[in-house]
Amino acid sequence: MDWIGWNWSSDGWVLAAGALSAVAAALLGNFLVLRRMSMLGDAISHAVLPGLAAAFLITGARTSLPMFIGAALVGLLTAVFTEWIRGFGKVDEGASMGVVFTSLFALGLVMIVQAADHVDLDPSCVLYGSLETVAVAVLIGDTWNVLGLDVPRTVGIAAINVLVNAAFLLLFYKELKISSFDPALATTAGYSARLMHYALMTLVAVTAVVSFESMGNILVVAMFVVPPAAAYLLTDRLRWMIVLSVLLAVGSAALGHLGSIALPQALGMDDPSIAASIAVAAGLLFVLAALFGPQHGWLVRFVRHRALARGILAEDVIAYLYRREERDPQAAVRLAELRSELLSGPVMTRVVLALQRLRGMIVRSGGGYRLTSLGREQAKGLVRSHRLWESYLASEAGVSADRIHQSAERLEHFTDRRLRARLDEETLTPVTDPHGRPIPEEGSSR
Amino acid sequence: MGAQQDSLAEEAFELPSRNVLRRTLLLQDYNTRVVVAGTTLLGLASGLVGSFTLLRKRALLGDALSHATLPGIAIAFIVATSLGLEGKSLAVLLLGAAISGTLGMAAVLFIRNGTRLKEDAALGIVLSVFFGAGAALLSMVQRMEAGHAAGLESFIYGKAASMTSQDAWIIGVAGGVSLLVAALLYKELQLLCFDEEFAGSRGYPTTLIDLALMALVVVVTIVGLQAVGLILVIALLIIPAAAARFWTENLLRMTLVSAGLGAASGLGGSIASALFAKLPSGAMIVLVATAFFGVSMVFGPARGTLIRWLRRRGLNRRIDRSHLLRGIYECKEGRDASAQPSAASSPVPFADLLAMRSWSQRRLRTALRRTEREGLVQAAGDRGDSWKLTPDGLREAARLVHEHRLWEMYLIAHADVAPGKVDRDADAIEHVLDPAMIAELEELLERRQAVEGVAASPHPIGPGAGASTAAGGA
Repeated sequence: MDWIGWNWSSDGWVLAAGALSAVAAALLGNFLVLRRMSMLGDAISHAVLPGLAAAFLITGARTSLPMFIGAALVGLLTAVFTEWIRGFGKVDEGASMGVVFTSLFALGLVMIVQAADHVDLDPSCVLYGSLETVAVAVLIGDTWNVLGLDVPRTVGIAAINVLVNAAFLLLFYKELKISSFDPALATTAGYSARLMHYALMTLVAVTAVVSFESMGNILVVAMFVVPPAAAYLLTDRLRWMIVLSVLLAVGSAALGHLGSIALPQALGMDDPSIAASIAVAAGLLFVLAALFGPQHGWLVRFVRHRALARGILAEDVIAYLYRREERDPQAAVRLAELRSELLSGPVMTRVVLALQRLRGMIVRSGGGYRLTSLGREQAKGLVRSHRLWESYLASEAGVSADRIHQSAERLEHFTDRRLRARLDEETLTPVTDPHGRPIPEEGSSR
Repeated sequence: MGAQQDSLAEEAFELPSRNVLRRTLLLQDYNTRVVVAGTTLLGLASGLVGSFTLLRKRALLGDALSHATLPGIAIAFIVATSLGLEGKSLAVLLLGAAISGTLGMAAVLFIRNGTRLKEDAALGIVLSVFFGAGAALLSMVQRMEAGHAAGLESFIYGKAASMTSQDAWIIGVAGGVSLLVAALLYKELQLLCFDEEFAGSRGYPTTLIDLALMALVVVVTIVGLQAVGLILVIALLIIPAAAARFWTENLLRMTLVSAGLGAASGLGGSIASALFAKLPSGAMIVLVATAFFGVSMVFGPARGTLIRWLRRRGLNRRIDRSHLLRGIYECKEGRDASAQPSAASSPVPFADLLAMRSWSQRRLRTALRRTEREGLVQAAGDRGDSWKLTPDGLREAARLVHEHRLWEMYLIAHADVAPGKVDRDADAIEHVLDPAMIAELEELLERRQAVEGVAASPHPIGPGAGASTAAGGA
């Protein structure tokens, strides 16, 4: 990777710090997304500002521990205040969150301006983080010695954060799962959903604050929401969702970091902030998941939808041919007539006709199409379903005669032989439908 | 936090001189006039728009949209600079902000409608990814030699104090437009907020109205960016509306109150910031709004916590009173079934009353004291250890017991509730009976077994018999 100027001893640590922080946030984010509290990460990461400022004003120094404690406390307070305003004021959750975090942020800004004489609390550091400085940490000796290896402090802290969050998830997996999906059930089963809520909030606040210094505000918010949301589109199992969110978080960290080095060079510009690039990379991965997800992806649903539409058109074609045959047994129906009657596109219609010929349902004759005896049997079933449904809707469900055709048109495609037998029974075996057309006999096959 | 701020105040605040105070409060400086007018108009417009988004449970939409404007600002700056235009001209930047804000809005709608993710996740994704893209672009721009992009970050934190009269005009026009749109679409917006499906079934184009509302949010957000910054404009969209919700149940009044509170916050905040050199105006505007919110939440006459607490206390007192009167009445009835309850208002020991329900001694004594003041009961022995009904009290107690039993019989006869359970169910509902209802019930149930106008209890009465049902009574 020399071509983009990758340097393992510095970029490796930056990547490790980014990936670990991303994983720590993504682990908890799964439950925020499931509980529909995705915006809480955003709220907390803004609201911790007065905590940081207060810690600075009290201790008078930019030391990490008091700032961490102050920020974590205010982060937890955000969750508590939000809950209070929601509970006592009957304000809806989003609004109460908005009231709390913007107010705290404003308070923090006022406090920071007061402190600005004494020290420079750089706002841009809060936004972008300083992942870049991780590389410098090795040089200036801001490291912990782990097993003979000099690990930058930021990386060490992020690793501990990941371990704590993972331990919380492993220990309370069942409780978290139940209280996320069904708080009432959790309470009746003897877990306190409230306790789990606040435990989760505490960890969210702690993680936001820990990652704050290295990743900045944007990346924390992105990692709480985007990888879990993408994972949610890829799977229906909670376990897999958590695993995938971790993989996606690591993937965005790597992709974002590489992108921040490689792309601007290609464009001849300067490097962007790494944290911001990681957020953008996570967004790209989310778009990919939304497009190509195996079950809920847009592409799969599009294909599934087309397949269903094609199947229905195939049935409509033979049902139409059958109805034409009723009126005029010798008729061969032309393509243009089929298209204008069934309102179908040119390509789709040809595909469907070819398919039905292949299945032996229809044959070409005299420039048009006719049913084979196999096709006629199948069409009989469809038309029988349609007319039985019309009878049923008119006689049993009391739907007026001019509206039954539409409903029957839809229902006929999802009606099998057994359901037809029941409809027949319910409607007392009619010979004709409400429009006076004969209901075909049940065929021997199908 | 408050104490913290006070200690700050001592070391950092200087009280403004009388001259400054007079000049500021009378708006004698042109600059102050512009800023105050601009922020007041902004508060007005955002309060107005915010009340609709709040009712639509979309309070955080402004949050996502305002963050989504950042890449537009950065791109507009890059494009304008590379074309040789003045990159920091407000019109160019706001155009970029509007475009990317609209894209963000579209992305939120797409994620919400096109995937199985819910609204909150859609907002979170759009917010963080768009803002990340904006920040990445800005960080690149800032290192560009020709850029001089230093001022762009004021969009994030806001700089109301440097507002020009042109900015104030832009805000004024935007406010006027949103007022006009809200007035024209008032009925549609109202329907959309309260019953979207009903609006759809009546043939209103709900998606279009929704888009119009979102467009209003984008407009307010963008004009607010320059004044109070990206984060705090969210506050102006949420807080005045949330505060107004405590004052009234009527949408029109709520909208007006919300706009008024927003305007007052803008006014108060910007004046405070003008008076004290070290108070940033955007943050002060929000803190003033928060103060309004706090006051509204406690004292709001429609849904404030104080009024709700008073209402609940009133209801609890009424319930305790009727439980007490019924308790005394039924105690006598239970002790001597043959005796006519009205023959002698014989005293009932305090201990017996206490055993009737699961109420504490203190609560029972308070209820007794209050009822005594009403002249319905009087102490029969020393130190209040036995009590009896006055003639007035007896009449009132007979009415209450009668109502209670009517309900019990109704529940047994028409709702198939087991006799063992009716006491509790009737307890829950009798306190809200009105005379018309009682007449109807009496008509429904023939007044059999009535003793002096009071129907007999369908279940055994007394401390022992009531034990299983007393728990639910309090």
